Amino acid sequence: MAEEKQLKKLSIISFSGDFDKLTAVFTLATGASAVGYEVNLFFTFWGLDAIKIKQGRSAVGKGFLPKVFGIMMGGLKSAPVSRLNFLGISPKIFRHLMKKNNVAILEELVEAAKQLGINFYACEMAMHVLGLQKSDFIPEVKDVLGVASFLQLSEGGQTLFI
Amino acid sequence: MATYNLDVTKEHCPMTFVKTKIELNKLQKGDILNVKVTEGEPLDNVPKSAEEQGFNVLSVKETETQGIYNIEIKK
Repeated sequence: MAEEKQLKKLSIISFSGDFDKLTAVFTLATGASAVGYEVNLFFTFWGLDAIKIKQGRSAVGKGFLPKVFGIMMGGLKSAPVSRLNFLGISPKIFRHLMKKNNVAILEELVEAAKQLGINFYACEMAMHVLGLQKSDFIPEVKDVLGVASFLQLSEGGQTLFI
Repeated sequence: MATYNLDVTKEHCPMTFVKTKIELNKLQKGDILNVKVTEGEPLDNVPKSAEEQGFNVLSVKETETQGIYNIEIKK
């Protein structure tokens, strides 16, 4: 029984900054946390867009290219859909459909994740590449980690890559 | 000790039990939360996950509306 309790841990590597995939990340994360799992979210590459303080398109980042990336990609509010994005119209349609059908939209799921005390971590290497700093992220981001630390904290639980 | 009410009948997975958990976290020990759920997954899941996490499920009763249940949970 003690062993079973120890295994109730879910760690998700959030790689994609896509609206639909982020919805999957936060649906699984909040659901698992609500049924008693310890949940760790590790944001890397495009996934880092989801935890930026500035949720729209803005020149976040140090240096010219990171700033261009920042404007092109933006944050949570400008996340594209992985298929049939139609120049950014699809996320708006999805949000509308989800609201209409009483399904939690991405922003609500992220808010719930914060309230549940889910652990947010940012990838050190990707931050370096994209010119991002911890101060560019929401305060819920607990720490900046590398592979070794992520393996350590996810050990003994389930790990997903989305 | 206080009693609180939560209606998740219009919610879907995972918000049915996510909202319940967030509400339970806010309660003081001894407080009671009445959660209204629809039958199916929420009715199976909400009491089970509450019990698993050490909360006390006092009762599960169908309300006057068919298919809507009230779950009484004590922290």
